[in-house]
Amino acid sequence: MLLYVVKRFLLMIPTLFGAAVLVFLLMRAIPGDACMLRMATGGGSIDPQVLQGCRAELGTDQPMIVQFLIFLKGLVTLDFGKSMWSGRPIMQEVGLRFELSLQVAIMATLTAIALAIPLGTISAVRQNTWIDYVVRAFSIAGVAMPSFWLGILIILGILIASKAIWGTPWMPPITYVPLWVDPMTNLSMLIWPALATGYRYSAVATRMTRSAMLEVLREDYVRTARAKGLFQKLIVRRHALRNALLPVVTVIGIEFAFLMGGLVVTEQVFNLNGLGKLFVESVQNHDYNMTQALVMLVVGIFAITNLFIDILYGWLDPRIRYT
Amino acid sequence: MATMTRPASPAAAPGADQAPRRRSRLATFWRFCRQNPLGAVGGFVVIVMILMAALADAVTFYDPTRNNFGAMLEPPGADYWLGTDQYGRDLYSRIVYGARTALMVGFVSAFVGGTLGLILGVASAHFGGRLDLALTGVMDVLMAFPLIILALAMVSIFGTGTFNVIMAITIPFIPRCARVVRSSALAVREMPFIDAARACGFGHVRIILRHMVPNVFAPYLVVMTAAVGQAILLESSLSFLGLGVQEPVPAWGLMLRGGAVEYAESAPWVAIYPGIAISLAVFGFNLFGDALRDWLDPKMKI
Repeated sequence: MLLYVVKRFLLMIPTLFGAAVLVFLLMRAIPGDACMLRMATGGGSIDPQVLQGCRAELGTDQPMIVQFLIFLKGLVTLDFGKSMWSGRPIMQEVGLRFELSLQVAIMATLTAIALAIPLGTISAVRQNTWIDYVVRAFSIAGVAMPSFWLGILIILGILIASKAIWGTPWMPPITYVPLWVDPMTNLSMLIWPALATGYRYSAVATRMTRSAMLEVLREDYVRTARAKGLFQKLIVRRHALRNALLPVVTVIGIEFAFLMGGLVVTEQVFNLNGLGKLFVESVQNHDYNMTQALVMLVVGIFAITNLFIDILYGWLDPRIRYT
Repeated sequence: MATMTRPASPAAAPGADQAPRRRSRLATFWRFCRQNPLGAVGGFVVIVMILMAALADAVTFYDPTRNNFGAMLEPPGADYWLGTDQYGRDLYSRIVYGARTALMVGFVSAFVGGTLGLILGVASAHFGGRLDLALTGVMDVLMAFPLIILALAMVSIFGTGTFNVIMAITIPFIPRCARVVRSSALAVREMPFIDAARACGFGHVRIILRHMVPNVFAPYLVVMTAAVGQAILLESSLSFLGLGVQEPVPAWGLMLRGGAVEYAESAPWVAIYPGIAISLAVFGFNLFGDALRDWLDPKMKI
């Protein structure tokens, strides 16, 4: 088992390296750089000497290979340097947003699980009845609806509902406070984006639960359980669902990993200052250091989540043994 | 394969099992609709959308890009069926013309991305060895890369605009299709008829094109149909962020960007109708794709 985990960690290195090369080249392929952008916002013509000085300060005047080696060194030592835009240490900038994004991701995942497992199960048990059709339509609608539109609708709904109840429109708070400082404010701000993304992500998991359940319900041991006169509820919960959960765990895990970097649009709608917003800003500001750090963070989370899922597999299904 | 003769068994007389199979296309179509009511709904939405895009000039009464400051934020009514936006543009016309943008981006990027994925996936499975290892590695990296960030980087490099958006959306699709096709192609590769083709001395190109590609066509089609919906969704997200199609081209995501949030309360139609258009389109393509999968290969999982 330990050997397997070590092996998997070593296998992550080529993926991480590939992602590092890709983001490094992509960022440098974007026309312009942080210095040009900084000067251009001031207006007027650009003094070549100042430009040179700025590039020397940021280290973008060095040969590409040197820049890449510095980036790799930062990657190994987990020190990505300073943001090329704000000048603050990257770890500090990321840390500020990480908390918010992680909380939204966890809340959205919980929403997705709470929706997907009961809905998927009932849809499979009552296959080809109207309940099944409604659940399937509901889940496909979740995939089809853009999360930003769902966000707009939620905001609209809050406005209309609050006006109808209290007479004055109420909007979720805009400034982030950590959960343990003021749980009410925190939750009343983050529950909406979590619901919007959670519904969307529950859709895929619901479909996965349904198809896995359908497969398991046709297994021999389910027929045996039925033949010995077990209640339907018990069969579904104890025999079928447990065995159907495996692929569902994968889907939910992978989605969780994607949520960390994929909240770009939702954050825009709800005006949240999370990792997604930082991502867009850093690409637009040509902030090489920041984008590289963020991409490596997201790819790293993705790889580790995948490993975690595989370990969870072995725990959920004793038949699976890793060597 | 005509050179390979097989002893004809008397039970398999050609007429016996072919007669019931000779159904008309219409009958096949009806059977498809009856077995997959949801799929039929999806197909209907897709057809309506294609018609909307093709006949946009005939079914609208206003120029979708013309501002009319005399009729800003008009509510839906007899003159403007779905109301107007903050520049006085007719929302109904913009939604109908938006179908053109959405379909073009959707079809082109799904087709190009899917086809490149098909080629890479089959080649990867057929040649195996180092090529397979290298290709799988590259695809894994691209898969781990968040889709929207890849698109964001592409748009930053090549600039915004419809063509660049198509390119930005195509690239993330390649690994997704390649992975599915590769896994099917790996199974096909082990089939005896591939050995037979090799024994006949056929070249790689012929084996790939004539014997492998037709056998992985079902997953390819299914992935591609799903990709059209995904591409429409991704295009609208990029346009919503201001990184996709640019004004004044009518595009659904872009329509939600403008004043949709600002005017959400006083003019909710600006925020509601384009979103319905996106959702319906993606809904249609997804349902259709699902039905196609159930029909072509019920065991396939995507």
